[in-house]
Amino acid sequence: MSVMVDDDQILGRAYDARLIRRLLRYVRPYHRIVAWSIAFLLIASATDLAGPWLYRIAIDRYIAPHIAGAPAAGALGQAADVRGLAGIAALYLAILCAGFAARWLQSNLMQYVGQRVMADLRVQMFEHLQALSAGFFTREPVGRLVTRVTNDVDALNELITSGVVAIFGDIATLVGITVVMLWMNWQLALAAFTVLPLVYAVTDRFRLRSRGAYRAVRTRLARLNAFLAEHLMGMTVTQLFNQERRSRRRFGELNTSLLDANLNSTWNFSQFYPAIQLLGAVGVAVLLWYGGGQVVRHVTTLGVLVATIQYAERFFDPLRDLSDKFNILQAAMASSERIFRVMDEPVTVQDPPRPVALPTVRGRIEFRDVWFAYENDETWALRGISFTIEPGQAVALVGHTGAGKTSILNLLTRFYDPQRGRVLVDGVDVREVSQRELRRHIGLVLQDVFLFAGTVESNIRLGNPGLTTEEVRRAAERVGAHRFIEALPGGYAAELRERGAGLSVGQKQLIAFARALAANPEVLLVLDEATSSVDTETETLIRHAMATVLRGRTSITIAHRLSTIQHADRILVLHRGRIAEEGRHQDLLRRNGIYAKLYRLQFEEQERGAAG
Amino acid sequence: MRSQRFWQYVQRYRRAYLIGYAASAVAVAMAQLAPWVLRAAIDAIQRGQAGGRLAGLAGALTLLALAEATMTYVMRTQILAAAYRIESDLRHDYFAHLQRMSMRFFQRTPVGDLMARAVNDIRAVQRLAGVGLMRSVQTTIMLVASVAFMMTLSVRLTLWMLLVLPLITLLFLGLGREIHRRFDQVQAQFASLSTRAQENFSGIRVVKAFAQEASESARFQMEVDAIVRVNMRLARVQGVLWPAIGLIVGLASVILLWQGGALVVGGQLTLGQLVQFSYYLARLSFPMIALGWITNLWQQGRASMLRLDEIFRITPEVRDPADPIALTAPRGEIEFRNVTVAFDGAPVLHDVSLLIPEGRTVAIVGATGSGKSTLVGLVPRLYDPVQGEVLVDGHDVRTLSLASLRRAIALVPQEAFLFSDTLHENISLGRDDAATAGAPNEDGAPGLVAAAGAVSQLTADVEGFPLKYATVVGERGVTLSGGQRQRAALARAVIRDPRILILDDALSSVDTDTERRILEQLRAVMASRTCLIIAHRVSTIRDADWIVVLRDGRIAEQGTHDALLAAGGLYATLYEQQLLREELEAADPEANEPEAPPHAAEVPRA
Repeated sequence: MSVMVDDDQILGRAYDARLIRRLLRYVRPYHRIVAWSIAFLLIASATDLAGPWLYRIAIDRYIAPHIAGAPAAGALGQAADVRGLAGIAALYLAILCAGFAARWLQSNLMQYVGQRVMADLRVQMFEHLQALSAGFFTREPVGRLVTRVTNDVDALNELITSGVVAIFGDIATLVGITVVMLWMNWQLALAAFTVLPLVYAVTDRFRLRSRGAYRAVRTRLARLNAFLAEHLMGMTVTQLFNQERRSRRRFGELNTSLLDANLNSTWNFSQFYPAIQLLGAVGVAVLLWYGGGQVVRHVTTLGVLVATIQYAERFFDPLRDLSDKFNILQAAMASSERIFRVMDEPVTVQDPPRPVALPTVRGRIEFRDVWFAYENDETWALRGISFTIEPGQAVALVGHTGAGKTSILNLLTRFYDPQRGRVLVDGVDVREVSQRELRRHIGLVLQDVFLFAGTVESNIRLGNPGLTTEEVRRAAERVGAHRFIEALPGGYAAELRERGAGLSVGQKQLIAFARALAANPEVLLVLDEATSSVDTETETLIRHAMATVLRGRTSITIAHRLSTIQHADRILVLHRGRIAEEGRHQDLLRRNGIYAKLYRLQFEEQERGAAG
Repeated sequence: MRSQRFWQYVQRYRRAYLIGYAASAVAVAMAQLAPWVLRAAIDAIQRGQAGGRLAGLAGALTLLALAEATMTYVMRTQILAAAYRIESDLRHDYFAHLQRMSMRFFQRTPVGDLMARAVNDIRAVQRLAGVGLMRSVQTTIMLVASVAFMMTLSVRLTLWMLLVLPLITLLFLGLGREIHRRFDQVQAQFASLSTRAQENFSGIRVVKAFAQEASESARFQMEVDAIVRVNMRLARVQGVLWPAIGLIVGLASVILLWQGGALVVGGQLTLGQLVQFSYYLARLSFPMIALGWITNLWQQGRASMLRLDEIFRITPEVRDPADPIALTAPRGEIEFRNVTVAFDGAPVLHDVSLLIPEGRTVAIVGATGSGKSTLVGLVPRLYDPVQGEVLVDGHDVRTLSLASLRRAIALVPQEAFLFSDTLHENISLGRDDAATAGAPNEDGAPGLVAAAGAVSQLTADVEGFPLKYATVVGERGVTLSGGQRQRAALARAVIRDPRILILDDALSSVDTDTERRILEQLRAVMASRTCLIIAHRVSTIRDADWIVVLRDGRIAEQGTHDALLAAGGLYATLYEQQLLREELEAADPEANEPEAPPHAAEVPRA
């Protein structure tokens, strides 16, 4: 479920200086392109101003002489003026083409910047996520994280490409028009501007109200959707307890309150657009009345009046758009807040500032009074565990669910750090080594085999990119995976899709063993699982593969197979986060304690199955 | 738009649409008259007339604009508001429809999918009903009116314009196809990026275990670069669209200046008429642009309505019969008669027959996947059997009214589902009159909610909450522990005072001690009722009147505890294993541990 949860409901303010500054940091590397883009934008805005100006020249120079009722120029003049008109028209067309080119270039450049910024942001966020501890990923739903790197970043693109630049362009157009109008005839311009205070008042009132309205719509929509999602998930409960009417009534209330907010916002918008249009018309009326008088008194020309009217009309378009931009800004702010929240997530499991290089690893492992609890857990997972494993020893961990077996592996690979005590590899605390170094020497085979998109070969090579195809093949052969891999269409080059859909559980496990063997670590941690869906032949293969992989290494296995515990050099019996018993299989059985009970619960049936 | 449902909603707000369209027609008329006044004014100026006449025309212009603004306002508020009302109705009907869907439907359909329809599709339909229907009509009127008015001024100029302006629509359609194609590529690459991220985050342990962070980042970088590439391909075409439209509109303006100017010079047209014409030109350009955009709205709206109709067309699998019998005074006798259940063709229960007389407590045991939950879910009709019948008080449950059947039953599932509401609301959910009857009385007598809470051993926990039963439990009850959640769900069933109580592994997260106390309390409650209990703990099972052992969807054994144990079959094995498990759990860890973990459990926040 990735729809509407917790911080997906962040609404965002339209403008947040802190966030904007932080976003601008990502734009800075591209400041040169941004500068070019702005230059083209200014050119484009300037070409927008040309139209009315050319109309004015055309009217005053070529048209007006013919309409005073006195065709003084005669047919000859007429022809010359028509040619003049054609010339002006051609110039106009040229300017339009230039404007077209400038606008296209500008949009391309800005798109490029937007895309690059998104790419940088995505990669940076991804790299940060790679550094976060395994605990973070159990806490955060994967779907939500995916949304962060995909959709939320996309929302920012709109801010960069249409938001900021368009606002800049609108402002440039406004300034340009103002300047030209004043320059042509400042009295006329001022007459037209008499409506501006009203425009400002209307816009300001609208902006204030629309902010409230937007917020009301967003919060009520979020509330409604949260209710809907929850009640879809709990629909059976509602039905079983005959509460359909009650929850429908609650839904109806939320729905109506959203409708009210929507209507409110509609009324607000519906007033704004016509109001701005009306003010525009009033401006034109004022111009006509005042400017008309000026023309009659020959203070100014008809061409100037017509051009001023045209400019005045264009003045109002950018103002109308501002409201849309406002919404884009708001959405982008909300997204960036969510993005930065992920970026600010502290890296809890960190490499030390000066990591120690492990000596030639022999594989001696020691836990010294280790206490460990998972985040947000009420109880300790490990309570003061101490043990030592000598190089080359094969140790099996046995225990009831929640006894702390997995926690031991999690600490040794440093997916988590313990609250107390130390975990040592060859006498070095794992916290003093870089994680990369540590994990090169400590391999892990998980019960839930994770295959990546790619070929079989690349999956086996995962931990050791330098391996040749031949070495990959040899690893597969040694664990007995070679035969079925060869049978795949494409063999080692077969593409694995959707985490190895099409492969059986047993085959996936064999690939995982080949992968571990290829990585060749000194210490190997294995979560083995006696999978019921594996046929006897594959089971034999897996057992053989496991023996092959473990040979000559220190190993800790969370044992679910009878054969594993029987062959272990030593068994640690965990109970509620402590080591309750330890020893070899037969000795432990004779003690008739926890191990004996566990054995009867978990393994006896396998023995019976094997025997029968 | 073929969806009947869509037009039914529109029909419902017919009045608003008609008023809106009438207002729209008036507004267009005003918009067409304004340039005419402007022309009169310019021609007057040109003739040297000023003062009174000019002031009158300026006044007329203002009045026209005022009328246009008012009508536009009416149009927008009528039609857009109607669209929001349609959205609201549609959402309400959608929810009401989903309420009638069976449990199997929700298991098959991801909530995310249903949510996507509720959020995105309903919005797309609203946009079609609002902006779409409004602009479709307005644009058409505007188009026809503008051309007609242009014609009265100059046929020649109008023909010129009709030659140039449709280029906009053609451009929209032509580029539109290419944009669409490239947009699909962007979407595909976007999906690939999502998949890569998804894969990495789900497999983060393997990534870390094999120290693959750097190479994973490099692969992600490749995906990101690819998306930049396809996006730029899209941007190059998309970036042409608006500037090109601007160019075409500009071209029309150029032709007007050139051709129209020549007409004025030649005396066939006045300057005022030229200006007037330029205004019609502006009013014609917008509809041309809007056409492409409106087409888009229609396409999206239609696709979304189709997706909604898909859901609306599904009839509920479990529903009231045509002539439902009301179960007015339920006794609580349950009978399964040769019941076979299959989900998606895979059989889960085979030919199960079982009679449970009223007032008995029956325990159902068996391994995971043996069909225990499926069996008990048949009683409140969470689904129906494919063969055989389930009877309550001698009535096939399929002949009973669903509401009256379920009113007689309380089922507590293992996965306790609480709503993000107060504990009080969550518990009183079990009973229609509990919302009021259950309020804590001022004279100190425990209300129904508190009484049910006491049976479920919730009292001590609730005392620790800042707002007692008024404490909000957080999204799906996350602020409570698993055991607290299960006990709250149990209280919800107790308050219901049902004839048939079904506990489907309902106390799995409750510790043994608390379970024992709950069962003691429940015994009084259960004595007179029919109870079906799925449980693991020995003590719970042993006390049942009758025990049914399921294996692979069939009844393997049944009888009393002693008889089954003596028989030494499957029950005896299960029993022995469970005893072992409980012994292991009981084995106490040594004492002397330090304080609780640094982030020990907190009291739920209000």
